[in-house]
Amino acid sequence: MRDKGLITTGLVIFLGLVTFPFWYAKASGETAAAPRRVLPTNAKECVLPVEQMRAQHPKLLMDWRQLRVRDDVQNYTAPDGRTYSISLTGTCLKQCHTNKAEFCDRCHNYEAVQGPYCMDCHVDPRLAARVVAWRTE
Amino acid sequence: MSVTRKEFLRAAGVSLVVLAGGKSLLKGANGKRWGMVIDVPKCLAKPDCTKCMDACNAAHNIPHFTDPRREVKWIWKAKFEDAFGETEYAADAFRDKLLPVLCNHCAQPACVRVCPTQATWKREDGIVMMDWHRCIGCRYCMAACPYGSRSFNWSDPRPAIPALNSDYPTRTRGVVEKCTFCEERLAKNQLPLCVEVCPQKALTFGDLNDPNSEIRRKLREQFTIQRKPELGTKPGIYYIV
Repeated sequence: MRDKGLITTGLVIFLGLVTFPFWYAKASGETAAAPRRVLPTNAKECVLPVEQMRAQHPKLLMDWRQLRVRDDVQNYTAPDGRTYSISLTGTCLKQCHTNKAEFCDRCHNYEAVQGPYCMDCHVDPRLAARVVAWRTE
Repeated sequence: MSVTRKEFLRAAGVSLVVLAGGKSLLKGANGKRWGMVIDVPKCLAKPDCTKCMDACNAAHNIPHFTDPRREVKWIWKAKFEDAFGETEYAADAFRDKLLPVLCNHCAQPACVRVCPTQATWKREDGIVMMDWHRCIGCRYCMAACPYGSRSFNWSDPRPAIPALNSDYPTRTRGVVEKCTFCEERLAKNQLPLCVEVCPQKALTFGDLNDPNSEIRRKLREQFTIQRKPELGTKPGIYYIV
C-alpha cells in the first residue's frame, strides 16, 4: 500500500473531471430547464392529444408522408373524427404553428435532435416571405 | 363423399382464374390514364410566349441554373428535330421550330424500371410519380429516360429559386426531379397549371381511357405524333402537327 496517496489523488482528480459538467453547470448558474415553446393561440387542440403528439409527432409526420406522396390520400381523419388536409406547411405550419423557430426549433435544439431534414425541402412560410421581400427590394 | 385430389386441384385452379379475371376487369373499369395533346401550330402562333414554363417554374420552386449542364427543367421548349429525331427532309417544315416538351408519363416508363429504391413509380392513374424523400441521387432514371425529362440537382437549388413558394416543397442537392402532371392540383380537381395558363389553349389534358373525354375527341379528329414511339415506352403526350 505504498502508493495509497498517489491512487487517492488520482481517483479524486478522475472523479472531479468526470463530474465536471454537473458542478460547472451549478457554478455558472445555467439552468437545464426545458425551453419555453410558443404555443399557437388560434387552436387549443392538435391533430392528436398533446401527450401523443409530444411522443409520436415524428411517426405521424412519416405516416402523413406515406399517405400523401405514395398512396395519393389527401385528408387525414383523426381518432376524434376531425379531418385535416395532409400538408406539413399547409396544415401544421400555416394554420397553427406559424412560428417554427419558437415551436419546433427551440425543442429540437435543446434536445440536440439530429435532423430531421423536413425543412431542407419543405418551405417555412416565414422564410418564404422573407426571401421574397428581400429579392424584390 | 370425399373430394379427390384431382377435384380439389381443379376447383382451386378455376377459382384462381375467376379471382384474377375479376380483379383485372375491375381495374380496367375504374382506371384513368392521364394524358395530354399539344397543338403545335397553335403554340407556334405565339413563338415568344413562355407562360406555361413561367407558371410551372414559379409554382414548383424550380431553380434557375443558367449553365446548361445544371439546368432543371419540367416543361421547356426543344427544337422539333431534337424532340422527335432527325429525318432527311420529311420534317423540314418544322426544322428549328421550338415546341413544348415535358415528361411523357409513359405507359412503360424506363425510369421506373431502373430506379433501385422505387423512388419513382407508376401511379394507377398513369402519372409517373416521384418520392423525393426516397431518391438517393443515383441518376439511373436520367440515363434510362429517352426524352431527357429528368433533371438532377447538382447543388443546393434554394439559392437559385427566384421566389420561394411555401405551398410546394423545394428539392435538395442530390435529388432528381421532373414534371408530375401537377398531381397536387389534380388532387383538388384542378387542371395542370401549364394547361390552365396557356393563352392559346394549345394544351389539352384528360383521361385517355375515357372514349368520351375531350382529349380522345381531339385524337379522333386530328392525326398526332408521339416522341420516339419506336422505343416502346408508350408516351402519354401527343402532338398535333
